[in-house]
Amino acid sequence: MATAAATLPGPLPAVRRRHHWQERLAQGLLVGCCVALALFLFAPLAMILVKSVQDKDGAFVGLLQFQQYFQTAALRQSIANTLWIAAAVTGVTVPLAFAYAYALTRSCMPWRGFFRVIALTPILAPSLMSAISFIQWFGNQGLLKGLLGGTSVYGPIGIILSSVYATFPHALMIVLTALLLADGRLYEAAESLRTPTWRKFFTITLPGAKYGLVSAAMVVFSYTVSDFGIPKVIGGNFNVLALDIFKQVIGQQNFNKGAVVSLILLVPVFVAFIVDWIMQGRLQSQFSSRAVPYAPRPKRWFDAAMLAFCVVVALLLLAVLGMAVYTSFIKLWPYDLHFSLRHYTFGLIDAGVINSFWNSVKMAVATAVFGTMFIFGCAYLLEKTAGMNGVRAMIRLLAAIPMGVPGMVLGLGYILFFNHPDNPLNGLYHTMTILVLSTVVHYYTSSHLTAVTALKAIDNEFEAVSASLKVPFYKTFFRVTVPVCLPAILDIGRYLFVNAMVTISAVVFLYAPETQLASLAILNLDDAGEIGAAAAMATLIVAASSFVCIVYAIVTRLLLTRTQAWRKPASAV
Amino acid sequence: MVQTNFVAYLKLDGIRKTFGRFEALKSIALDVARGELMVFLGPSGCGKTTLLRIVAGLETQDAGTIVQDGRDVSRLPAVDRDYGIVFQSYALFPNLTIASNVAYGLVNRRDRRDSIKGRVRELLTLVGLPDAGPKYPSQLSGGQQQRIALARALAPAPGLLLLDEPLSALDALERVRLRGEIRALQQRLGVTTIMVTHDQEEALSMADRIVVMNHGRIEQVGTPREIYETPATPFAADFVGKVNVLPAVIESGGNCRIGAMSLALGRGDLAAGTAVKLYLRPEDIALSMNGSHAPNTLHATVAKIEFLGAFCMVGVALDAPGVPPLVVNVPRQTVTQAQLRPGAAVSVCLPSAALRILG
Repeated sequence: MATAAATLPGPLPAVRRRHHWQERLAQGLLVGCCVALALFLFAPLAMILVKSVQDKDGAFVGLLQFQQYFQTAALRQSIANTLWIAAAVTGVTVPLAFAYAYALTRSCMPWRGFFRVIALTPILAPSLMSAISFIQWFGNQGLLKGLLGGTSVYGPIGIILSSVYATFPHALMIVLTALLLADGRLYEAAESLRTPTWRKFFTITLPGAKYGLVSAAMVVFSYTVSDFGIPKVIGGNFNVLALDIFKQVIGQQNFNKGAVVSLILLVPVFVAFIVDWIMQGRLQSQFSSRAVPYAPRPKRWFDAAMLAFCVVVALLLLAVLGMAVYTSFIKLWPYDLHFSLRHYTFGLIDAGVINSFWNSVKMAVATAVFGTMFIFGCAYLLEKTAGMNGVRAMIRLLAAIPMGVPGMVLGLGYILFFNHPDNPLNGLYHTMTILVLSTVVHYYTSSHLTAVTALKAIDNEFEAVSASLKVPFYKTFFRVTVPVCLPAILDIGRYLFVNAMVTISAVVFLYAPETQLASLAILNLDDAGEIGAAAAMATLIVAASSFVCIVYAIVTRLLLTRTQAWRKPASAV
Repeated sequence: MVQTNFVAYLKLDGIRKTFGRFEALKSIALDVARGELMVFLGPSGCGKTTLLRIVAGLETQDAGTIVQDGRDVSRLPAVDRDYGIVFQSYALFPNLTIASNVAYGLVNRRDRRDSIKGRVRELLTLVGLPDAGPKYPSQLSGGQQQRIALARALAPAPGLLLLDEPLSALDALERVRLRGEIRALQQRLGVTTIMVTHDQEEALSMADRIVVMNHGRIEQVGTPREIYETPATPFAADFVGKVNVLPAVIESGGNCRIGAMSLALGRGDLAAGTAVKLYLRPEDIALSMNGSHAPNTLHATVAKIEFLGAFCMVGVALDAPGVPPLVVNVPRQTVTQAQLRPGAAVSVCLPSAALRILG
């Protein structure tokens, strides 16, 4: 004790552990990831902040431009427009998605898997496609024009209809997860207490799905606020914020005004994002690993009613997709309905627009491959290596930001940052590389979360065991971590591919004529009145995305069968 | 059991660790002898796992030195230290076969292929699973997986084996079986081993020596018998085994007073008037139906009987006022023969030799 007391006085110099070169390597890579995110996410966004308080000549003007903005009645109107449209879309989509998810999880109706797939098809198409389709149905020469009772589809109605279609699968997936996480034991307990069905619904089902519903509402809201393709195609003279940015930047080349509108657009989206983030956290913590999944029991009338509802919704969804595909294969709507490939041969190939489809495929493949590598590698370094906690916190924050940033804002930031003459990276501007980079960053958050979830699910001590066995961490990464996480890795790749095929908002500012993408081509074809060719292009995108999804499904299935020996826990030993 | 020719294989000195404002370890000094199995025992949050991870180099101490086999490893990264480790979660690589798992650390040393194969076979036989090689971890039971984890850790023949709650994830039967096996294996190989556990029974049955830890401090170091029979602190007495605690005041003549009752302590070295606490194991109290005349025998009434299989835990209220109730372990046969029931009048003897005065 005496010796211990003798060593006590005075703070001892902290023990600094020596670092093995492998640890240095991991930390170096981590810093690299952080720098990349700072460069391709943070810097462009910071640039918007800077530009918003500068005039065209780069002089500091404070909030003058904001003041000017708010003095323009037309621009003020677009804020109100944006918000009420988004609120309306949220009000329609979320209840619809909830009812659909309820049918899928709580009824015993047949073909639930089929209905699930149908409901997710809107993800495969660019949001523009739904706008085109609704024009075909309800436009000036629309089949069902009469149903609107004289109101034009060009305007709020068209935007709301198209946005509901485009956001439905996003909301559905979130609500579906929330309902699937429900604990069956709660219902058993309620039943043993003779609780009536309606009371179970209001005391167990709704509270259980509460966070999921709020989260879905936030996602739908920000999707609608951020999307510019739909209002561009079907909005007519109806102005919204996303369209204002587009007009300021592309139309008037006024980047500073664009920056101001971007920041205003950022506010609602970022608020929604923060709410969503909190809700997702609660949704996760609500789920206990001991929960017993709820197993519905057949109830004739309820199942029949649910089936009828799903059939109606699925038919409506298919009608939208189907109309676009149909339009692409007929001669001229509505005058000549004969089958024809002229929109493909004439409208796309001969017009040279087909190149943009191949550009899209190239871009999507590159995004999927490099994006997945970077995102998964970065998540691995973040979760499974040690040291540099400051850098780690920074990466976590940066990885969360893209979900709260509308694509238009990101795209504008990219122009401002990479097109700046003093930026040594300005050679990237107008290249395929910058399209890939912006798309990876745009869809970073979801992919990152998928990777982190997969990495958290595997044993935390693999790295410690490797170190004790003197095996370098990267060897264990390739030999164990990657094979174990392969399903998640493929999932990220598919997600990035599909989104890269349909993305429009960030890339609209960044493409050059030779790097034009398919989704942008639709926009331009529609502008030129080539609605058939635009539909053909949308159909090609849907086909490519579907193809990748089917390949993904097959590969995943094969992979799971092949690795079943170690993935499935033995039933009895 | 106490080694006379004590050779410290691992020397920890002045190890301290804080997490933010929480002091996880407060200046730990400890010697582990070559070839012994030492158990770090304590409640969760006592710092035992942190100490193990510091020995492994998975955490870095704020201050203090670690000398392993004469080599100062205090500042070395985990990769450069010499140990094998087994975790509660097994941490077997799920996509590799059992043989590949066991060979994982051998392949990296660029050993010859057939020598690796031989070594894997040898280790699988050692842990009693010679045919498990081509299987995958998920095809084995928890206990079998933990045996494989042990084989993997032992494969490169490390100088030190670290076991981090290796049995906590197993069911009760498997746990008892595996603890005997690990102990036998450890003694056979003579590998210096540190095991962390919160299970006192596991510690008592497996350890050469136990380190009882609480709040980042070492409460006591000793053989299982020393810890159980002569606990050094109230915490050690309370954490390891069951114990009755009686607040008492020393009287003159080697006696003490508990409420309205006086007990002979058999020692007179404490000043009269000192407030002390007496610790007494339930099995050290003798309970009888007919009044015995041994010293320190008191009248009591049975309050409740809890059946625990081999013996019963009998709660008794002493007839003297102001004395807390006691718990007495009584063999099942005695309970049956004496037809012990709640409310029965009994006498209990608190032998002065078994009374331990702490604090």
